[in-house]
Amino acid sequence: MPLLTMEGISKRYGGVTALSGADLEVEAGSIHAILGENGAGKSTLIKVLSGVVPADEGRILLDGKEMHFASPAAANAAGVVCVFQELSLIPELSVADNIVISNPPMRFGMIDRAEQRRIAEAALARAGASDIHPRALVKDLPLSRRQMVEIAKALARNPRILILDEATSALTAADVGRIYDVLKRLRSEGLALLYISHRMNEIAELADRCTVFRNGHNVSSYDQGTRSDAEVIEMMIGREYSAAFPERAPVPADARPVLETRNLGWNGRLSDISFTLREGEVIGLGGLDGQGQRELLLALFGVLRGLEGDILVAGKPVNLTSPAAARSEAVGMALIPEDRKTEGLMLPMSVRQNLSFAALDRVTRAGVVDRRQEQQLIDEMVRLLAIKTGGLDLPVGALSGGNQQKVVIAKWLMRAPRIILLNDPTRGIDVGTKQEIYQLMRKLAAEGAAILFYSTDYDELIGCCDRVLVLYDGRIRSELAGEELTEHALVASAMNLDDSVAETTA
Amino acid sequence: MNESRYWIAERRGTLIAIAVFLAMFVIYIANHPVGLTANVAQTAANKGVLLAFVVVAQALVVITGGIDLSVGMVLVLTNCIASWIVVGTPMQTGLGVLGVLGSGILCGALNGAIVIYGRLQPIITTIATGAIFFGLALILRPYPGGSVNEDLADAMTGQIFGVVPTSLILLAGALLVLWVPFRGSPLGRGAFAAGSSEVAAYMSGVPIHRCKFAAYVLAGLFGSLGGLFLTFYTYTGEAAYASGDGYTLWSIAAVVLGGVSLYGGRGSAVGAVFGAFTARTIGDMLFVFDVDALWQPLLQGVFLVLAISIGAIALLRVRNRLDWFE
Repeated sequence: MPLLTMEGISKRYGGVTALSGADLEVEAGSIHAILGENGAGKSTLIKVLSGVVPADEGRILLDGKEMHFASPAAANAAGVVCVFQELSLIPELSVADNIVISNPPMRFGMIDRAEQRRIAEAALARAGASDIHPRALVKDLPLSRRQMVEIAKALARNPRILILDEATSALTAADVGRIYDVLKRLRSEGLALLYISHRMNEIAELADRCTVFRNGHNVSSYDQGTRSDAEVIEMMIGREYSAAFPERAPVPADARPVLETRNLGWNGRLSDISFTLREGEVIGLGGLDGQGQRELLLALFGVLRGLEGDILVAGKPVNLTSPAAARSEAVGMALIPEDRKTEGLMLPMSVRQNLSFAALDRVTRAGVVDRRQEQQLIDEMVRLLAIKTGGLDLPVGALSGGNQQKVVIAKWLMRAPRIILLNDPTRGIDVGTKQEIYQLMRKLAAEGAAILFYSTDYDELIGCCDRVLVLYDGRIRSELAGEELTEHALVASAMNLDDSVAETTA
Repeated sequence: MNESRYWIAERRGTLIAIAVFLAMFVIYIANHPVGLTANVAQTAANKGVLLAFVVVAQALVVITGGIDLSVGMVLVLTNCIASWIVVGTPMQTGLGVLGVLGSGILCGALNGAIVIYGRLQPIITTIATGAIFFGLALILRPYPGGSVNEDLADAMTGQIFGVVPTSLILLAGALLVLWVPFRGSPLGRGAFAAGSSEVAAYMSGVPIHRCKFAAYVLAGLFGSLGGLFLTFYTYTGEAAYASGDGYTLWSIAAVVLGGVSLYGGRGSAVGAVFGAFTARTIGDMLFVFDVDALWQPLLQGVFLVLAISIGAIALLRVRNRLDWFE
């Protein structure tokens, strides 16, 4: 008998059907991957299973007994624990506070802080993240460390069914390796793991069985390894999968430099960064997460104070003291931020307002927004990026992740920027949208934009970039281009290893 | 980072609040015509403790991510109630005290129920309940009057061993019995968690409704401790509208002085207490400098801005402009 059975699960949000008659069976002691584009119903399935939203129809059976989860707490109590893609950590509390939050150890009616510390240290060690201090505040940790805390927190609850929803999307390559070991150990301990990921290589490495979702129900279940990648992707998107990355033409040797940095440094986190980005060129930023890539983008966009070195735009030194200065006509810079929910969008405001927000000054006549011109620009962008909305006046928070990301990009493209900084724009979005973003990047480059592109996905860097600068400890560790731009070389540089070492150990 | 630096980082807001108070108080005493005698300390402590109860009440609500604009009216209402029932034999007086504290709990429970279960915003809810509390106070005491058990009142506003102000002991006791267990319990942690990120707390299975409700109830209780103490201090009950609103506004200024984040999730009652003492010292500062009464409100405002700026000085050192918005 399977440990978990979900039968005929349906869920509607207003007029939108998120799930219709979805089935799923998961065995104990196995890793079960769930695949599907964003909007295929994976997230809703997970929310139903973990008690966040109730299903309209259908049954959930655990060990053959029917369960009704009224809240995440009830699901936890039954042994169903979810590591959410939208982090569930409380920023102002410490790592240890967060790990024990749902069931703190008690002594004389109060939380036993010594015991709490012990549990937290044990859970962090079990997740392979002993480098995180239990007293550190979550809000002071970088995204990848928070994700490790999130996993440690789930493990501290001794789950029988552990759900990982894009749990590795923010992790560094080294952490992903450790998490693989942890997950395999949990499988051998008899847990059932539900694994949701957009990364095919992770699924190949981990999963025993896969279920593909499309349009709100399961289209196929199969043992891992019995379908080719192309077949799987075809099942997911329901159409032929074309070449993953668009063709690119070499950047002409006489292309004008658009953005240049000379010995850029900041606060010990960036040092001696020098590069030249030319018209029509896409430069990738590689390396492990948290090696200064985010700081470099923020420095260029005028967010950091106390910079050393020079930034030159079109050959002239500039002193950018705010994003407003960076996006001005004279500079023409745009930054697509890392966290679309906090830095990219105003979630409760309408799609329309979000789209035109960064370009309002361009459609303003005598202090008043020209609605016709605004609409014209918006129409153009919605067409260019194929943004799917139920209406421009709905809150942008109601869109799927992929479409939200398109809105963030569109909002900046409206300014027709000459320099585009991208901070991991494809994290946690579906294959189809990723494709569209790759195409768009090449199109913009071909039209003369200069693009600086940070990604945690090595395939993307190889497929999209003319050159890649690998950062390590705030410095440019190496520059890779052409034949040298391989996954081996990227990993080796990111780990600060000699190429020869990587070749022999790989 | 080692353990002691984490210890300091966790208490940064509170430590700054204590430092700011000490600095202000030293200036105050240095210019005081008499200096720090037991009587000067007693008067300062009584006024400080009175505000401190209200500020701790405010801090409890602010920590959950809310704000309580009724807190001054809880003080006024419980003051009026106390002026009727905290009288007579020790037995009657004791029951009267329990009655006053109970009515404070009811006020807090009403606020909590509307905000949490009625899902209304704290700011508008507490404007409305504040008006209700004042209305009740006015019915109880259309004109200032009433009385209080004077033995108890004198004991509570006097000195122990002729040196230590009793009011400080009362405040410390209240924090020890009410705040410390709350802070250490899952309920208290849940209240902080809800204030920091309600969604994350919910997703983690924290019973956020119960936790926030407990914070509102405790806030009502601290408000009524303030009302009781006001009665001890003045021997009468008075439904004073301006004074209620004054307490509410100063309580918000004082929680900020005390290092409690208005965004919720961060702060301590100890910090709030020192925030209250700082606010009081600002008010008294002008007496020792013998400033014309006409100028006092203006100068109090200036001092308040300066005091709050000290807590914000760290922002000048910010090297990442995004930290300004946290």
